[in-house]
Order: sequence, then C-alpha cells, then structure tokens
Amino acid sequence: MTQRKQVLGPDDVRRAVTRMAHEIIERNRGVDDVVVLGMQRGGVWLAQALGAEIARIAASVPIGTIDVSLHRDDIGLRPVTPGSSSDVPTDIQDSIVVLVDDVLFTGRTVRAALDAISDFGRPKAIQLAVLIDRGHRELPIRPDFIGKNLPTSSEEEVEVTAEGVTIIEGSDGQ
Amino acid sequence: MTSHFRSIAEAGTERIHRLLDLTDHMAAVGRRPNPKVPALRGKTVCNLFFEDSTRTRMSFDLAAKRLSADTMTLAVSSSSVNKGESLRDTIETLDAMGVDAFVVRHRTSGVPWQVAQWSPAAVINAGDGWHAHPTQALLDAYTIRQRRGMTNDFTGLKVAIVGDIRHSRVARSTTEILLMLGAEVTHVAPRTLLPPTSHVPTTANLDEVIAEVDVLYMLRMQRERMGAGIVPDGGEYSRRFALDERRASALRNDALLMHPGPINRGVEMMVDPTELSQSTILDQVTNGIAARMAVLFDLLGSGEIEE
Repeated sequence: MTQRKQVLGPDDVRRAVTRMAHEIIERNRGVDDVVVLGMQRGGVWLAQALGAEIARIAASVPIGTIDVSLHRDDIGLRPVTPGSSSDVPTDIQDSIVVLVDDVLFTGRTVRAALDAISDFGRPKAIQLAVLIDRGHRELPIRPDFIGKNLPTSSEEEVEVTAEGVTIIEGSDGQ
Repeated sequence: MTSHFRSIAEAGTERIHRLLDLTDHMAAVGRRPNPKVPALRGKTVCNLFFEDSTRTRMSFDLAAKRLSADTMTLAVSSSSVNKGESLRDTIETLDAMGVDAFVVRHRTSGVPWQVAQWSPAAVINAGDGWHAHPTQALLDAYTIRQRRGMTNDFTGLKVAIVGDIRHSRVARSTTEILLMLGAEVTHVAPRTLLPPTSHVPTTANLDEVIAEVDVLYMLRMQRERMGAGIVPDGGEYSRRFALDERRASALRNDALLMHPGPINRGVEMMVDPTELSQSTILDQVTNGIAARMAVLFDLLGSGEIEE
C-alpha cells in the first residue's frame, strides 16, 4: 500500500524560498558575484524561484542549469537515459556559485555536480541550497541553505514541487 | 548480456530514438569550455581498422577520449595481421589485454558479427563491406534533425540519395534509419549502380527530383568503379549525376546538401560545397563525434539496476 503524507504546502514552500533568498544575500553581503545553478532536473524550478526572489529583494543574478549525468559515480550500474543539458549563462570563474537542488539525500549527485561545475571554471566558492535535507548522507557534504530538515527512512520517497512536499511510503522502492 | 551496435535494423526503433536524444546531449557537451567528461573512466576502446579510414577512425578515437575511455588503435599496415595472423587470433589476443569495446572496420560484410563470437566485448560496426555503416547513419539523421530543428519524427521529409547505391554501406544504413524515422527516400543512380531489388522509389534522372527535395545526399563515387564497365565514363557520370552550378541553383534554399566524405571534387561534386549555405558537410563531421560518444556511452555506460 502506498501512503502519501504532505509535509509542506504551497505557502510553506514559498516562505522557505523567501527565507533562503534572504540568507543567500546575507551570507554573501549582496549578490555581486552570485550565480544560481539548478541541478537537472529537480533543482531547476527551485533555482528559478530562488533567482526571482533574490531579484525581488536585492538585484537580479544569472540563473543556469547543471547536468551531472556524465559525472555520476554509478555510471555502468543504471540504464542509460538521455540527459538534460547544462546551461551556464555566464563565466563562473571567480564567481560564487549557489548550487540548488530540491532534495539532498546521499550527496552523490552533489559530488558529481561539483566535478561538472569545475569543467566550466574555478568559482571563488560553491554554496549548496536545498529545499529538503532528508539525511542519509554517504559523502561528507553539507548544505549551506536549507528549506526544511525532514528526517525520513531510506525506504521512503520524497516528492517536491512548487505546490508542496510529500512523503511517499511503501512505494516498492520506486 | 553484452549488446552491440552493428546495424540500424538490429538496434531497432526504440534504441535509435534514444541514441538520437543522447547524441543531442553529447553535442551540448562538445560545446562546453571543457568538452571532456569522466563518464567512461577505466573503460578501454580498441579501434580495429582493416580498411583505410581517416575521419571515422579519428572520430571514434576522439569520441572515446572525450568520454575519458582509454583507446588503442590497430592500424593494419603495422600489425601482425601482415605476418599472417588470423582475425580470430588478433581478436583473442587483444581481448586478453582487457578490451571493453571493439570498433571494427573491415572490407568484408559480417565481420562485426564474427568478432562478437570471439570476444565478450561490445562490438561497434564502423563499416563492413557493402553492408552497413550505422554510426554514419546516426550522425546523418542527427544532422538533419539539428539543422532543420526537428524532433525524431521525419514524416514528410523528402530525401534523395545520389550515386553508387549498390556498393554503398552508407546508402544502405542511412536509408534504413531515414525510413525508420518516417522520411521518404528516393535513390538516384544509373541502373547499374542500383541494387537488384529496392524497396524505395528509384530514378536515373536527378533533375527530376532536385528541386523538390528537403535533403540531397550525394555519395562518394569510387573512382575504381569507373571504367570497370558498370558506370559510364567519368565525364558522362558527372554530366548526369554530379552537383554542378546549374543543379546547385535548383536546390531549394532551405534544403540540405549532405555528403559522407571524402569528396571527389570533379566527379560527384563540380561546385565547392563550402560555398553553399545548404551544405552540412562540416556539421556531419562535428556531429560524428557526438553520435559516436552516444553509442559508446549507451553500450559501456549502461547497467541493469532500476532507479
């Protein structure tokens, strides 16, 4: 039996995004060198939302996407699917990259993204923003900006959209 | 089970669609400041070219390197094949060194299937006799898709393939992929250069079709076939089947002019194609790397665990 439990509603998501935008501006004392990169595919909408909030509060920043399908450490284990593209709109050399994903879980995708970003240049710093931190890290990676800490079991699935965050139990690992 | 990429029909429609999408992904990787990705670290790709080739061999070599695989290239002129070593011994010897994929070009049709019986490695056909050249077909289809801004549905696209259809593995494989994607293909050649049976419309009159086509695909006319009695002499062939000034101006502005290379200037090509805006010849070369990256990644980067 599949059970769905909504833990954040649309208003909660919007408030979390606004708070994270403030935190990003505060931490970097403005947004002069900030570039927001959403991880394909789940982080893309969140990067757009964060970018819009940052533009509303401070100033507009370049927003792009980063695809990690050719940098993963599980290549050869899973079926190949056509990836999405990386679109880095500006030179990231000496910029501050805010890497954005919807859910932080094992940390392996973030590790792949760090490699992928280094192909585009050497940022001054890379910071990590995630809407949900669900624990179960397998690598020494921690987020800088968190929407919500959400302790889960590794059997559960977390579904995140702009409309809310839902935990799905007993989904046969799918 | 190891899988291979040896012909378009063997790959099947679903896989061809996936490979075209993967090629698009790889083409985007090729436009990055650093076009090399770590995807196939630790894999070894062996290029076995028993027939002369420049672009296909270099293209496969670069594709493997862009994916961080190690490459070995056996050029037959410098190998023990010249000491009489059999193909089977060569394959088994190389296999014992630890090869994940063989890229095979051979003048005899069917050799990639034989190689697959002697080694557990993946086999990619880089051209076997008159039979097949599936990575050329893949890069041709992708080039059409890219230049025309299309999806993988080629319904309604009119393509004329001109030249030595009968002896051309490029014509065979490219026709196969275009039909699979829904295009309408016409073969244009003198009767002696058409296969004995054909499942696409044929004509010996290039001028009849040239103004209507979306894609004009010129094949390389092999000089050694001239004067062998199956082709009119060079001048006569060029008058009837070459792209000259008059035919180039009949080609629609939004049509594509394709050629697998190398070009025989003065035989099938009387104009300088680099001066024609319709030419995709250099796009084909660039896209060849992306298409071969897609094939290598699909074969060597895939596994069974579902997400």
